[in-house]
Amino acid sequence: MSGPTAYQVDHVERAAQTPDTTQPWAELGLKEDEYARIREILGRRPTSAELAMYSVMWSEHCSYKSSKVHLRQFGEKTTAAMREHLLVGIGENAGVVDIGHGWAVTFKIESHNHPSYIEPYQGAATGVGGIVRDIMSMGARPLAVMDPLRFGALDHPDTARVLPGVVAGVGGYGNCLGLPNIGGEIAFDPCYQGNPLVNALCVGAMRVEDIHLASASGTGNLVVLFGAKTGGDGIGGVSVLASETFDSTGPTKRPAVQVGDPFAEKVLIECCLDLYAAGVVAGIQDLGGAGLSCATSELASNGDGGMRVHLDRVPLRDSSLSPEEILMSESQERMMAIVEPARLEEFMAVARRWDVEATVLGEVTDGSHLEIFWGEELIVDVPPRSVAHDGPVYHRPLGRPAYLDALQADTTAGLPRPATEGLGRTLLDVLASPNVCDPAWVTRQYDRYVRGNTAQAMPDDAGVVRVDEETGQGVAVATDCNGRFAQLDPYAGAQLALAEAYRNVAVSGARPLAVSDCLNFGSPEDPGVMWQFAEAVTGLADGCAQLGVPVTGGNVSFYNQTGDTPIHPTPVVAVLGAMDDVSRRNRSGWQDEGLTLLLLGTTADELDGSVWAQVAHGHLGGRPPRVDLAAEQRLATVMVEATARGLVAAAHDLSEGGLAVALAEGVLRHDVGATVSLAGLRSRDGVDSFTALFSESGARALVAVPDPDVAAFEALCEEHSQPVLRLGTTDGTSMHVEDTFELGASTLREAHTGVIEAALARDVTPRHAATGRATGEGRRASGS
Amino acid sequence: MGTVVVDVMPKQEILDPQGQAVVGALRRLGQSRFSDVRQGKRFTLQVEGEVTEEVLAAAREAAETLLSNPVIEDVVSVRELVEGEVASS
Repeated sequence: MSGPTAYQVDHVERAAQTPDTTQPWAELGLKEDEYARIREILGRRPTSAELAMYSVMWSEHCSYKSSKVHLRQFGEKTTAAMREHLLVGIGENAGVVDIGHGWAVTFKIESHNHPSYIEPYQGAATGVGGIVRDIMSMGARPLAVMDPLRFGALDHPDTARVLPGVVAGVGGYGNCLGLPNIGGEIAFDPCYQGNPLVNALCVGAMRVEDIHLASASGTGNLVVLFGAKTGGDGIGGVSVLASETFDSTGPTKRPAVQVGDPFAEKVLIECCLDLYAAGVVAGIQDLGGAGLSCATSELASNGDGGMRVHLDRVPLRDSSLSPEEILMSESQERMMAIVEPARLEEFMAVARRWDVEATVLGEVTDGSHLEIFWGEELIVDVPPRSVAHDGPVYHRPLGRPAYLDALQADTTAGLPRPATEGLGRTLLDVLASPNVCDPAWVTRQYDRYVRGNTAQAMPDDAGVVRVDEETGQGVAVATDCNGRFAQLDPYAGAQLALAEAYRNVAVSGARPLAVSDCLNFGSPEDPGVMWQFAEAVTGLADGCAQLGVPVTGGNVSFYNQTGDTPIHPTPVVAVLGAMDDVSRRNRSGWQDEGLTLLLLGTTADELDGSVWAQVAHGHLGGRPPRVDLAAEQRLATVMVEATARGLVAAAHDLSEGGLAVALAEGVLRHDVGATVSLAGLRSRDGVDSFTALFSESGARALVAVPDPDVAAFEALCEEHSQPVLRLGTTDGTSMHVEDTFELGASTLREAHTGVIEAALARDVTPRHAATGRATGEGRRASGS
Repeated sequence: MGTVVVDVMPKQEILDPQGQAVVGALRRLGQSRFSDVRQGKRFTLQVEGEVTEEVLAAAREAAETLLSNPVIEDVVSVRELVEGEVASS
């Protein structure tokens, strides 16, 4: 363990005496006015440690400086009624929802995009580790994870580098932790070629009285750092400071990536739960982005006093680290707790039992400043709120992109559509396309059933886990986003993402209760991107208000671009729902013959942005399907009630690929066929067979109902004015659309499976072929 | 026949979970004199004929592009196997 070393440390007194010292604020990503503001707050120049803290905490990633003015809508549009089940809202590490019977559930989704491009395995793995710690820090036991993933074109050589690494990283970390991965998404589009999206969600549960918060209160309470030692992980950017303060005696270039240790995290989970059970934790915060800078300033600013920390007490893995680097290190598997002095011995005993290193770094003071010492020297003396909460707020210019009018005018109306005899072929092409094909190559690498509480996972519509092992009470979670729709209209696209996740949860039988979002966008300095962002946030906030489900937290990831081209706006929406008994959840495929197949909702000619347009014509243009949230709500009400009454044998939501894909997936799930007629649909909705099969209209679901329950189900629909239509029955082993085509399950399967593995087998490139290019772009570590 | 030895180690600043596990196990076995362990990997590459400068250059390229992950690992040495040293079992 290292004590204060000989090199010259920049301390507060020295900063006051040397106001004219040149500081590398620009290299640290601060703007001139931001640096001036720091000087104004402190009334002197910052020390290099303070500069390190402000620069990282005021980065886009930590301060939300470009997004804040828009994100406010989530709070403002949340009504008292929506807060009914909300125990903890936006602003804490994760939101917490009351699901009844004394149980509280917490969930959150975050991005780890940029690290995953540079180092796919470790980037994705530490993404899982980070979100799991967020959930732990609320006092919950993590129950399951999910990972929405987006990559460049499936046939691009670099996808063969990034995709297997990311999937192995998600699986490696999650599987070692013993957490089931219950779903997510996988999508491919050239817009993600140089910038894959790796989003990670975790859901956890606790008793309502066990909720913990990140605040440091009570003068004299101790600040305890526990978990892994601190090393030089993820602090590439601060090396400019290190070289300033000590004459390049240490390693000159710190790596920007972190390596995680899932077994250390597993021990940390169990240790935290024991600490909570012992009642020795007064406040807790995980260490993630911005490491100790973030944990100390957030804990202190959420508390009622100040905080004093002795940085030289931090256990180090690398004794050459400077104080600035220790403050910024993003070493994984660390937590910070606030502990009453009288409970310290118990705390330490629990930590020892789990072989977790715990160190008292300092205490809560009755002052108002966060003071950090390095040996005798005071190196940080700041108002904690000024670091953690009062960062810069930008009203970035925004403007509707000029290309949008032309893009929206370029509809699918003029594209040739297949004749009736070509519809079977069209279905096979759609099933074999990267965004519709069987994702089993990915999901098979994840442990989906460990802990024995998974009621449902991929490929079903929503992941379902049991929370209470006695009663079977549990939750369903789904994540969705169609970036193509959001590119055509970000407001509608965000609402369609919300609608789809909401529908998936409801169709599996759970009451949708809350939302978490991961907003992946291009550069906020591009007014067009900023406009997309503002539209998407407004759309999502309006949509949540209409559906009555609050946003409980999430994150924003900017600077996602391939070269100069921003990704499609990708507001990934996660919806959490509750159910009293997970054994009643609806599978997405039917297991028995003789069930009646019903189509809920109505179908319009909505093929702009559809999978068909992409697969058949490589086309993206026009307007996304109409958003009808009242219809979504109706559908959800019917599905939740029908499920509770036991009327449903199977149910599958309609989304990409429309009715055709939903039917094919239903058949493939258990190799039980279906015979349907489109005649009723054609005449009721005024559409042709092609549109009936491939339109992607929202608020629709395919439901299999046992014969004796059909009348009751239809009566329920009528009661809620829910359009419903009998399509046919389940039978045989093929998908038979009367007067159109009949395709055997084996033919469907041949098209649907093996697509990803075949594409990956085509190309063998070294694992890190693109590394030089990725790091050479000067990508912002903060933008993830 | 010649043999080239390539040694790869995790970068000094990067966490090495395997090494941490080993040092923990050593302590449990009563071997407390070892304060830290880092675990790397060794490759032996066989060539027909002598290990020339050209062969070593090719081995260095292989080491940088395939045998190591330059983001988290360093190639610490690329050299000829010395006589008496065991290449593999």
